[in-house]
Amino acid sequence: MIELTSITKKYMMGSSEVDVLKGVDLKIESGEFVSIMGPSGSGKSTLMNIIGCLDRPTGGSYILNGTRVDEMDEEALAKVRNTNIGFVFQTFNLLARESATENVELPLLYSGVKEPRALAVEALKEVGLGHRLGHRPNELSGGERQRVAIARAIVLNPSIILGDEPTGNLDSRTGAEIMDILKDLNAKGTTLVVVTHDPAIAAHSQRVINIMDGVITGRAG
Amino acid sequence: MLIWQVIKVAWRSILANKMRTALTMLGIIIGVAAIIAMLSLGEGAKKQVMESISRFGTNQLKVRPGAARLGHVRTGSVENLTMDDAEAIKREVPGIRSISPSVGSTGQLKYANRNATSLITGTTPLFMEINNFPVAEGRFFDETDIKLMKRVAAIGTTVRKDLFEDGPAIGEEIKIEGQTFTVIGIMSMKGQTPWFDPDDQVFIPVSTYMRRLYNQDFLNDINIQVESYEEIPDVKKGIERVLRARHRIPEGVESDFSIRDFSEMIATMQKTSQTFSILLSGIAAVSLLVGGIGVMNIMLVSVTERTREIGIRMAVGARRSDILRQFLIEALVITVSGGLIGIALGVGLGASISYFGDWETVITPSSIALGFFFSVLIGLIFGIYPARKASLLDPIEALRYE
Repeated sequence: MIELTSITKKYMMGSSEVDVLKGVDLKIESGEFVSIMGPSGSGKSTLMNIIGCLDRPTGGSYILNGTRVDEMDEEALAKVRNTNIGFVFQTFNLLARESATENVELPLLYSGVKEPRALAVEALKEVGLGHRLGHRPNELSGGERQRVAIARAIVLNPSIILGDEPTGNLDSRTGAEIMDILKDLNAKGTTLVVVTHDPAIAAHSQRVINIMDGVITGRAG
Repeated sequence: MLIWQVIKVAWRSILANKMRTALTMLGIIIGVAAIIAMLSLGEGAKKQVMESISRFGTNQLKVRPGAARLGHVRTGSVENLTMDDAEAIKREVPGIRSISPSVGSTGQLKYANRNATSLITGTTPLFMEINNFPVAEGRFFDETDIKLMKRVAAIGTTVRKDLFEDGPAIGEEIKIEGQTFTVIGIMSMKGQTPWFDPDDQVFIPVSTYMRRLYNQDFLNDINIQVESYEEIPDVKKGIERVLRARHRIPEGVESDFSIRDFSEMIATMQKTSQTFSILLSGIAAVSLLVGGIGVMNIMLVSVTERTREIGIRMAVGARRSDILRQFLIEALVITVSGGLIGIALGVGLGASISYFGDWETVITPSSIALGFFFSVLIGLIFGIYPARKASLLDPIEALRYE
């Protein structure tokens, strides 16, 4: 469960201070599928980074699965990212020199799992890439790359998957396939939070959160 | 992340940029090779000095007629050192273990129809002990032979080869300057020195030489063995005092004899190898420094190029310490690979120095360990800054980096 209370985030832009988030209250239950929508500069990416423990809020509290994470040090946050959160990015963010299996192994190496190879292969089979294990990202199609990224996100069974425009670089048919995989995972109990400006994607979710100028403006669903 | 996994990642990134990594390694390679060559040369020089010491003995002195002058030009009479002088030194100077006067000149040898020219040395049995030059076969002449002025000879290995080839030598009669001598012994092999071949010598009793062969009443040199190395300066002073008094040399006038010892020669050898070592360690220090800066430079480039990779790794759970470790190990892989190549090159360099130059070189495990240690040290020193820079990247900005 994600519980954000009065979350604020300030950045220094040169000498002037910019308020990106101005007091966000948001509660996402376990197993929910939530979309966050908003125009560029609305603060949705910042909110996403805070939920994903890549960034820390300037003020407010963030409780993830019953634990205050806004007060954690960087080492503990790295651990949370490693085991509790899976990221799926618009640009896939795979390591170009490594094979699909090695890319999926990456979180396992940092968590110290004993047999990373077997778990990585299993995750790749789960997203339908059992036949592409040794291929490098440049030998895969866009949809296949995003599947590798999803396999990497789920390999340690995180409680939350965060998608940052996960279909943004894909054609509509491939995008729909990716959304099907994500919805499947959600159906199995994983919380799914997707940032998008595509209403068609948002339409898949149970709840849509609109953000504008650093505050949540409305809820739908 | 396990260490071999980190090394694998580092190795892959190095292989992706072979040329650039090879050029970066060059400084480390040269530096480590210079260290190895320097140490092997130093060890070789040390060994050579030790060998010289054991060959000639450091507690050996030689008194020769004529003043010591630069350029080896002798002045004054060369016929002023007598048997009485030798006995006076033995009697009056403390700290002398043994003393052996000797005379020598080049002479004609003849056996059957073979002729040879070599150095005829007249001396006493103590000569063997003082010069660490024993007989290998038969015997040397003894005090009785000297007293009776016997015509007996101990010959060096070169002489034996020249006159007898592989045939029997002991008991044979040879002619020295037309006089018949019996061969009673064959010397051990001493080995050639840069100055002369000590094995191309015939030893006969000093009395036989002075009375029977040449009718000469002066000595060519007096070999002296001192009790211990530390006493050499005192013994030299003592000899000076005794001989100057005997030769009636007034105060302020140069001596008409000279006293030589091997410590000077050893010091010269040590100084030469030291000069060379300083030169090589200069090369080593400069190229390791420049090589290290090159490693730092290439690592900074690598960190910038892989900013996005660093962001990805952080997003999936890498801690800052994981990133630091990864880039530090990558720098170490470069410097240690360079170091290993440098060690191989240094060993080869040492071998070719002793092959082409007249220097002995010795590779010791400790010099290899030192070369390895330096390559690790350079990797740590120059790798830490880029690695730290990588570890301090903001994951969000790193992920956005194009």
